[in-house]
Amino acid sequence: MTQFIDLTLSGISNGAIYAAVALALVLIWRATRIVNFAQGAMLMITTYIAAALVEAGNPYWLALVVAVAAGLVFGALTELVLIRRVESAPPINAVIVTLGLLVFLEALAGMIWSDTPRAFPAAFSIQGYEVGHTRILFSPNSTFIVCVVALVALALGALFRYTSLGLKLRAAAFAPEVARLLGVRVGRMFTIGWALAAGVGALAGALVAPSTFVGPSNFDPILIFAFTAAVLGGLESPLGAIVGGVLIGLVLSYVSGYEGEALAPLAALAMLLLTLMLRPTGIFAASRERRV
Amino acid sequence: MEASRDVAAASGSVSAGDRPASAPAPAGAGSLLAVEGLSVRFGGVVALEEVSIAIAPGEALGVIGPNGAGKTTLFNAICGFVRPQQGRIIWRGEALRRVRTDRLIRHGIARTLQGVGLFSGLTVLENVMVGAERFRSSGWVGSLLGLPRSAREEESLRARALDALARLGCADLAERMPGSLPYASQKRVALARALVGEPQLLLLDEPAGGLDAGELEQLVELLHGLRGAVAVMLVDHHMEFVAHVCERLVALDFGRVIAAGDAATVRRDPRVITAYLGEEAAAPGARAQAQARRREGEGPGDA
Repeated sequence: MTQFIDLTLSGISNGAIYAAVALALVLIWRATRIVNFAQGAMLMITTYIAAALVEAGNPYWLALVVAVAAGLVFGALTELVLIRRVESAPPINAVIVTLGLLVFLEALAGMIWSDTPRAFPAAFSIQGYEVGHTRILFSPNSTFIVCVVALVALALGALFRYTSLGLKLRAAAFAPEVARLLGVRVGRMFTIGWALAAGVGALAGALVAPSTFVGPSNFDPILIFAFTAAVLGGLESPLGAIVGGVLIGLVLSYVSGYEGEALAPLAALAMLLLTLMLRPTGIFAASRERRV
Repeated sequence: MEASRDVAAASGSVSAGDRPASAPAPAGAGSLLAVEGLSVRFGGVVALEEVSIAIAPGEALGVIGPNGAGKTTLFNAICGFVRPQQGRIIWRGEALRRVRTDRLIRHGIARTLQGVGLFSGLTVLENVMVGAERFRSSGWVGSLLGLPRSAREEESLRARALDALARLGCADLAERMPGSLPYASQKRVALARALVGEPQLLLLDEPAGGLDAGELEQLVELLHGLRGAVAVMLVDHHMEFVAHVCERLVALDFGRVIAAGDAATVRRDPRVITAYLGEEAAAPGARAQAQARRREGEGPGDA
């Protein structure tokens, strides 16, 4: 029973990270109908920036804020410089651009910071809480991760639901041409969508880095699990991304704990395939509507 | 002023012999919107050719024509969805060099789309609030930070949107999702969304599509209510409906103006009857004229 509780808590903590990255993927999908395969590489770069700041003697919190700010700028620039050119082109163009960006960023990181993974500090202790005489697999840092992701999700939900910017972001995502006719600067909304997504991704990168270490391709598995979470939740749904992320986290934790860590990627793949076969629109998809 | 004179001249390009005597070109000093010599081609396909149309403030102008006549392309060119290869669009006497769709509403031009075009994931009220965004002066940063000024504007926009819905009899639908509404109600909401921005010109693209006789009657009544206050340019296949709403009609066929004038005259025009029903339905004289024009390689209404 203790093991089950341990695995559940660990799954929730990891799931929060997958949820944050899945949320980033969903934000971009909703805004521009593009799956950002470079999401993992983008958050890798911002985490490297944070790591460099910490290594230079700056406080962790400053590094975290700078990483998120860098993510916002990076996301906006990516949309303006690269994505805008392929937004109205066939979807394969965007796939190729994001894959190209992934390869480019990983190579660039290797050249600048070398391929050797480096450590990244945690905000709080990573030693599990002691319950009775047992130390569980859930630490103050895990609590921090879960709380931060929950807060970010709530803040984004409030942004979309209660602000004029959120209204325009949603309008631009649902029907860009109609939104344009009503005076919405759709291009700007896309840029903001990409910036928000990359900011959330950067935060996720800094949160997960203490356990994965920082390396050019260390965040690739996170992207795969987050993509599975996003598909599971329905690519349209931010709430689905959160629930999908936690579900994936739990499943991977149980599979790793009971059957061995090597089977975890296979479990993720199986979940992806089952979702695509049984409910391709995901659990939370509201409709099958697609922009054409 | 000069632009308007140009339009008058261009409108006169529907040669005097072709234009019914009772169909003077409306362009002139008082034109709200004028398109002048507009041509749009998609590859080798001519969608619009040398089209010149003008509409005065508060006027209701119907643009009719069979499928593929170029009606929606005309709207798309005005709205900046397609870029014309030739011609000018003149708004209140000033030529718009490059039409930016997202600035139209600030100019005072609103458009509804074929179908309804409501945002499916937004409530009815939110849909209309997007239309009221032109009145917002605070930027997105203020909105993001929830600054008091932005919050006050938010309330004001909400009130405007509710008022627009109430005027169209949809106030009770404010919190509903568009997909749960009957088609006619969705059309009303789309119209409320277009009107909430207080446009000077309303472009209606097939507003009668999918409505039954009763709903159509309501729509006619509603559009009559706008008469004088908002100029309406209306595209529709439904000739009776268009004639009820508009004082003046312009008929397009194969991207060219084939007739223009008051509704009764245009509806009787043999070239219009030919375009809609084929040559057999048209008067023998008109058929002969049409054949003669074709032999000369010149379409009706050519400059």
